[in-house]
Amino acid sequence: MDLVTGLTIFALAMYVGREIITKVPPTLHTPLMSGSNAISGITLVGAVLAAGHDGLAANIVGCLAVAFATINVIGGYAVTHRMLGMFKKK
Amino acid sequence: MLNLLLILVAVCSFGQPTDHEVPTATPSTELRRDQAEHTAGAIQHDDDNADVAGDDEGGAAEQLAPADDGGLGEVVEGEAVHGSRSSSGRRLAYLIASILFIAGLKWLTHPRTAVNGNLISAAGMLLAVVATLTVGGLNWVWIIIGLVIGGAYGGYKAIKVEMTAMPEMVALFNGFGGIASVLVAGAALFYEAATVQTGVATALSGFIGSITFFGSIVAYYKLQNVKWIPNGSMFSAQQVFNGVLVVVCILLGWWLTVSYGTNGMPTGSAHAAYWLIFIVAAILGILITQPIGGADMPVVIALLNSYSGLAACATGFVISNTVLIIAGSLVGASGIILTKIMCKAMNRSLPNVIFGKMGPTSETPDADEVYKTVKSASPEEVAMLFDSAQKAIIIPGYGMAVSQCQHACRDLMNLLESRGCTVDFGVHPVAGRMPGHMNVLLAEANIPYDKLREMDEVNPEMEQYDVALVIGANDVVNPVARTDPKSPIAGMPIIDVDKARTCVVVKRSLSPGFAGIPNPLFAAENTLMMFGDGKKAMLELIAALKEG
Repeated sequence: MDLVTGLTIFALAMYVGREIITKVPPTLHTPLMSGSNAISGITLVGAVLAAGHDGLAANIVGCLAVAFATINVIGGYAVTHRMLGMFKKK
Repeated sequence: MLNLLLILVAVCSFGQPTDHEVPTATPSTELRRDQAEHTAGAIQHDDDNADVAGDDEGGAAEQLAPADDGGLGEVVEGEAVHGSRSSSGRRLAYLIASILFIAGLKWLTHPRTAVNGNLISAAGMLLAVVATLTVGGLNWVWIIIGLVIGGAYGGYKAIKVEMTAMPEMVALFNGFGGIASVLVAGAALFYEAATVQTGVATALSGFIGSITFFGSIVAYYKLQNVKWIPNGSMFSAQQVFNGVLVVVCILLGWWLTVSYGTNGMPTGSAHAAYWLIFIVAAILGILITQPIGGADMPVVIALLNSYSGLAACATGFVISNTVLIIAGSLVGASGIILTKIMCKAMNRSLPNVIFGKMGPTSETPDADEVYKTVKSASPEEVAMLFDSAQKAIIIPGYGMAVSQCQHACRDLMNLLESRGCTVDFGVHPVAGRMPGHMNVLLAEANIPYDKLREMDEVNPEMEQYDVALVIGANDVVNPVARTDPKSPIAGMPIIDVDKARTCVVVKRSLSPGFAGIPNPLFAAENTLMMFGDGKKAMLELIAALKEG
């Protein structure tokens, strides 16, 4: 992937993010943060490739990365689900 | 909105024109196929020259030709995994995952659809991870160890955490996101071919990720009110020193970017430079976060949230992965927006929150003078006020979280509503220790979300409320923000409880809030102070209402 393509994707994704997230009401700001915690666990994709790569050094560093990213993914989605379940209408 | 999505979809699919499909096969055939495809790719590149220059997959293979034999086998084997991990099927899965993340966030814009939004986003994550796991030739042992440890701890935290401890948990998770990015970029140095682009991106991953991790750890402990982290700068010229650290990181980043061998792979000095960046940025992260005080925590958490996304984004550039770039940008954008909202709700700029000082000035009036006319009331007196009220509003602050009286608030609401008095909740954007903190606590206590009203919504109607009950809030209801342009909180939007017919403030003492200034609201003619712990005061009030 060349740099300009990457930057194009980056700029457009930032713009899409901005457009959507400004519409999230303040009531949901905490679930938004824990939910985006979970999304930032996307590094799990890179972590899996690192942990599964040949070479012990990459294995160990990658394994740690998988553990941290998985905490974010599992913990983030689960706690967001738990929290959102509490928001009820009268 | 839809158009934006379409543009993004188009760019994603256009972004990776080369196709290195390698089905799962024995390592040797995989290697041969891959080599063959690289050759074919090199020829084809003459036709589709759109991406020849920047395509590091084809490019790296071409670079390999003159390299010595020893390195060649090893690197080509790396390339085999590299090639297969960007198969078109997998890239399509990443694209769908990205769309699911965006759709999930979109559904998070209303409490009714938010639960499903979160599930959609989780489905996107599952898809991205499963697609990655189908890459051939992966060493599963290490992956599974990491998944089991992380999954167990993450699941445990998610089930066990108290809602009052959400700010700490989000702070901690911001940090974990940052350190995961640091480790992925660090591991990639072992097998990712070095170009200026990957070098800069690697340095950025280490820098942002390390600041995020160590800054978040400091924030985590500060939120627990530990005594050993001092508020305010620890030594003079702390900010200047921080500036020096940034310059050191930039120099180290330059060193990393130029440190690659003749085979195009990072050398030992690249590794050294990377982990030095990690250490220097760690000190920087600690020194930036340490001076920031309690009530500014919502800004810090939102900012670190943004950083954790940007670190993932930088890592996406390191390993040329679009889903990391997109998901990281979404989180980055989310954090930046929340940071802006928080700053606006305090009428302060971001540099002022991070580098500035908050406190009384020489112009600040004397507390004893201001509090001369304070009236204290017993629960029975306050109950009598509520007896004749038609419309009441409760303004929660951090004190409600500390005394955990959200359930008592719900009981009070139910009792008053059963007597025909409508009850609303007015929530200030920076009340508490993180964005939306009060809303989650009140939702936990089963208070319907349509009862939780925003500052801008309730302020115009404030005159119609018979009673405004302030629980553990101070600066966010201080009318000085409106009246005294010289005050440290001048211009900060507040909830105008002083305009309600009567105002009752539940507070332990007259001690000042975060801004360190006295609050004339407490001494106003239509204000009654109800001194005591929030929960205890609420329970006494409910008892008094039932008796009367």
